[in-house]
Amino acid sequence: MTARVETPSQGRLWTARVTQHIRKNGLQLGIIGVLFGLWLLFIVGAPDTFLKADIYRALMTSVPYWGVIALPLTMVIIAGDIDLSFISIMAVGMVAFWEVYDITGSLGVAFAGCLTVGFLVGLLNGVIIVGLGIPSLIATIGTQFFWRGVVEVIRGGQGESLVLTKGTILRDSLVGKINGYFPAQAIWMVLIGIAVWMLLNRHKFGAHVYLIGDNENSARLMGVNVGRTRMLLFALVGLAAAFGGVLQSLDVWYFWPNLGEGYLMNTLAAVFLGGTSVFGGTGTILGTFAGCFIIGAIQPGIIAIGLTGYWTKLIYGLIITVSVAMHTILRKRIS
Amino acid sequence: MGNILEMRGICKSFGEVQSLTDVDFRVGENEIVGLLGDNGAGKSTLIKIITGFYRPDGGEIYFHGQQVENLTVPKARALGVETVYQERALADLQTLWRNIFLGRELSNRLGFLDIGTMRRETHRLMVEAMEYTSSAVNPDAVIKTFSGGEKQGVAITRALYFHAELVILDEPTMGLSLQETRKLIDFVRSIKSAGKSAIFIDHNVFHVYSVADRVVVLDRGRVAGEFLTKDITLDDLMEKMYRVAQTGSLD
Repeated sequence: MTARVETPSQGRLWTARVTQHIRKNGLQLGIIGVLFGLWLLFIVGAPDTFLKADIYRALMTSVPYWGVIALPLTMVIIAGDIDLSFISIMAVGMVAFWEVYDITGSLGVAFAGCLTVGFLVGLLNGVIIVGLGIPSLIATIGTQFFWRGVVEVIRGGQGESLVLTKGTILRDSLVGKINGYFPAQAIWMVLIGIAVWMLLNRHKFGAHVYLIGDNENSARLMGVNVGRTRMLLFALVGLAAAFGGVLQSLDVWYFWPNLGEGYLMNTLAAVFLGGTSVFGGTGTILGTFAGCFIIGAIQPGIIAIGLTGYWTKLIYGLIITVSVAMHTILRKRIS
Repeated sequence: MGNILEMRGICKSFGEVQSLTDVDFRVGENEIVGLLGDNGAGKSTLIKIITGFYRPDGGEIYFHGQQVENLTVPKARALGVETVYQERALADLQTLWRNIFLGRELSNRLGFLDIGTMRRETHRLMVEAMEYTSSAVNPDAVIKTFSGGEKQGVAITRALYFHAELVILDEPTMGLSLQETRKLIDFVRSIKSAGKSAIFIDHNVFHVYSVADRVVVLDRGRVAGEFLTKDITLDDLMEKMYRVAQTGSLD
């Protein structure tokens, strides 16, 4: 309650503004620095690849499959939770897609059914975690296996061709090539990014997400409905997972029952690389967005530079570890 | 004089521990009630029932003579109860303006935040209520960087903003410097002169005695007694407090 009496000069005021700006956006600036640094490295190391459009088209094709999930997952992690089950929800959604299509013969209804099932399976995660008070890390390990099992039992290991979607509005608008070239799913990832950003930074819901991750007890004392917010977060990740599953399946013309396997570490790494704290309370959508494209670019970058694929994991590990260390150090400096 | 708040026969237990037993408690209009008692006497439990955080196991709660069932935190805040918690209930990693409007964000009908107004109001409040110089107030400052007294100032400012009828202060002087404590006591007096009511909880009998109209003594979950401060000297009150702590009886 002591009044801070100080009358800074114009110069000091300006410096203070800049410092404040860096403080506020330090983490985002850090990760964007890593993105551009890495990009420059790839351009210098493999100009034939990284100065041509094809590589960017490839990235915009494949990153959104799981990138659209990383965006809402960022909110879950900001709230202090985690979800490991989304890779199975991707496949559950496609099973629902196919079953509904089988009954109704309508791709539109099948798509709606797929998203609904994704939302509900995510919500069920939330109900288990909040209702029974099981830590989300443990609960979603369980549901990850359970839902993959459900997919395997229903499908008997069988995939499904999606060639029948050729030329439909659904396929063209989700994964079509705009002007015969630009992959539509990249637009979807941007749109979802904007929607999630709005929700997190400009909506009550997002204010409560930050608050819960920061100090859950304060949130309860101030009347925030903590349980409902957390449940809805898991439902949103479920919804996004089903959507990501549709994107990939339609794009490769085939639903594989192991859809989603292999995306777990990429997606989590993108979120943490983007500066979201595992302890909750801080994190940004822009950071995750950048994180997704860093993770997506590492493998093709390494190959293009002329190293063998054996180097991929080593360099993945190096970049992730260095970036996360950078975030931790920045965070300490900032506070 | 009517009562803003009246509670009858409040009971609350946590598992085996009976925290409150048959407690009657009331706060009159424009009255400052001091709540005294040793650690574990049930002070915090009682006020968390008033704020809607805990549900009592039994008993009745009336606001302005109307019985209120299933009191929740948003309900209590809507009835004009604002609380400065012992633990301050702030979010350390968030900005000042987010903390002022915590759980009560200004938003449009669709739930989108009115950030401009919240920032401006935060600035105005800190200057007017907390007497900060205008250029030193930064609504975007993160709470973590504040001192203990400044954090307490934020919690109090928040309580003021929402035009509380009843302000509850739970151990507000804890961790404050002498000067900050004095400002806080002045703040409690200003609640009185503004025609509002307050419940003031503190370990320090002297602080409570100097501002309260009436003092309620809790002991082991029961009301051990209550006194109007004009009818009792500080020495007598201290004496009775010691006796309660040792024997469980005031006389």
